Amino acid sequence: MSLSTSVIFDASAPWSLSSQVSLRDEAFGALAYHHGNRRLVFLKSRELVAILRSLENFNSVNEAIDAVVPNEHDRYVEAVGALVKSDIICGR
Amino acid sequence: MGANSSLRDKFERGLAAPICLTWELTYACNLACTHCLSSSGRRDPKELNTDEAKALIDEIAAMQIFYINIGGGEPMIRRDFFEIIEHAVNQKVGVKFSTNGTRIDAEAAKRLAAIDYLDIQISIDGADAETCDKIRGEGSYAAARLAMDHLRDANFGEFKISVVMTRDSIEQLDEFEAIAKHYGAQLRLTRLRPSGRGVDVWDELHPTQEQNRRLYKWLMERPNVLTGDSFFHLSALGDPLDGLNLCGAGRVVCLIDPIGEVYACPFVIHDEFKAGNVRDAGFNAVWTESDLFTSLREPGNPGACGSCGSYDACRGGCMAAKFFTGLEMTDPDPECVFGHGETALAAKKLMLIPKPSPDHSKRVPVSINSK
Repeated sequence: MSLSTSVIFDASAPWSLSSQVSLRDEAFGALAYHHGNRRLVFLKSRELVAILRSLENFNSVNEAIDAVVPNEHDRYVEAVGALVKSDIICGR
Repeated sequence: MGANSSLRDKFERGLAAPICLTWELTYACNLACTHCLSSSGRRDPKELNTDEAKALIDEIAAMQIFYINIGGGEPMIRRDFFEIIEHAVNQKVGVKFSTNGTRIDAEAAKRLAAIDYLDIQISIDGADAETCDKIRGEGSYAAARLAMDHLRDANFGEFKISVVMTRDSIEQLDEFEAIAKHYGAQLRLTRLRPSGRGVDVWDELHPTQEQNRRLYKWLMERPNVLTGDSFFHLSALGDPLDGLNLCGAGRVVCLIDPIGEVYACPFVIHDEFKAGNVRDAGFNAVWTESDLFTSLREPGNPGACGSCGSYDACRGGCMAAKFFTGLEMTDPDPECVFGHGETALAAKKLMLIPKPSPDHSKRVPVSINSK
């Protein structure tokens, strides 16, 4: 149940969606549910969902973001980074 | 979540599947609580059998409903109770179930402790036997405390203690907090609704305005106390309480009853809020296509509340609380913090109040030891 608050998010490193997380598509984006810590997180953009699903195909979060929303890079780095504390994404 | 009003607008248009799905496993109960939302007591002969229950779980898993709230009646009375919950958790559908605790002996506690993805809510409606038993029946408080002892001894971990806020129990907030602390449990407080048998006791048991104001303040100081989003009508008092702060009926919430009927929320077991039956074309069809849920997802009419500056905070309150006190959907919540509900109620005093449709109450009073 403990949250990895000490993990530092580095967008130039490779990350992936946690294997314990399920995504359910919704009109506004998706629900992300972590089966381990039972946290439910609302993902409020379809682009963010697309980035998360593709994280494991890229060598960095930066590349994954630029493949989907190159013009909104900084905003999405922040949005992806915010998912670290609930363990929705993890480093690999 | 409080500031997420744009997300709330989206939720009001409905989700692909519920977030909060309550499934009452049986109408059978060995207690006869005076405020029972589902008028439970006697088993219904048409209740879903084990195979149907498992098929429903399969569909729930396919819809990516990540967890379900199981209740009743007393769900542990079903002989296939463990089979059903184990089927759910094996498919990664988390289970939270509500129980009166009477069936949690040392052995059951051990079995429950061995299951992952399981939350347990034990209900008490008073911090002492006198207050609790007045609502839940003689011996109910002692039985619930014994169940909590067994869960603690079995190292179940953090369970939940669930309390309905009545005019009496609301005076014991600190005592409930102490009981929860004693067990390392989480406290969960919910609103008394005039639903089921609650319609008969709501007038005398629902909190006063002054009590509701105290409750709001107490909850604001304790964000760790769970409420199931049930006090959003109190958010009109100031900053929003933790939660979505909206009526989720048919949008993010629904109820499946023991015979497979789907209702808009656990507090409206009445023909008017029945969307369909899982036995017909499955649960997904009811959730996505029923006329009732479609209409609940359309923008609501704020009615009498439209000119109130706090409409955005409380959205007119609870649909069930209005319906079962005889108010219109466009009226204020009967417990509107500004007293508009009381005014509306006074104007309708002589009107016929709808009765909950199915009544599975026992015909004679029962003691806790009767099987």
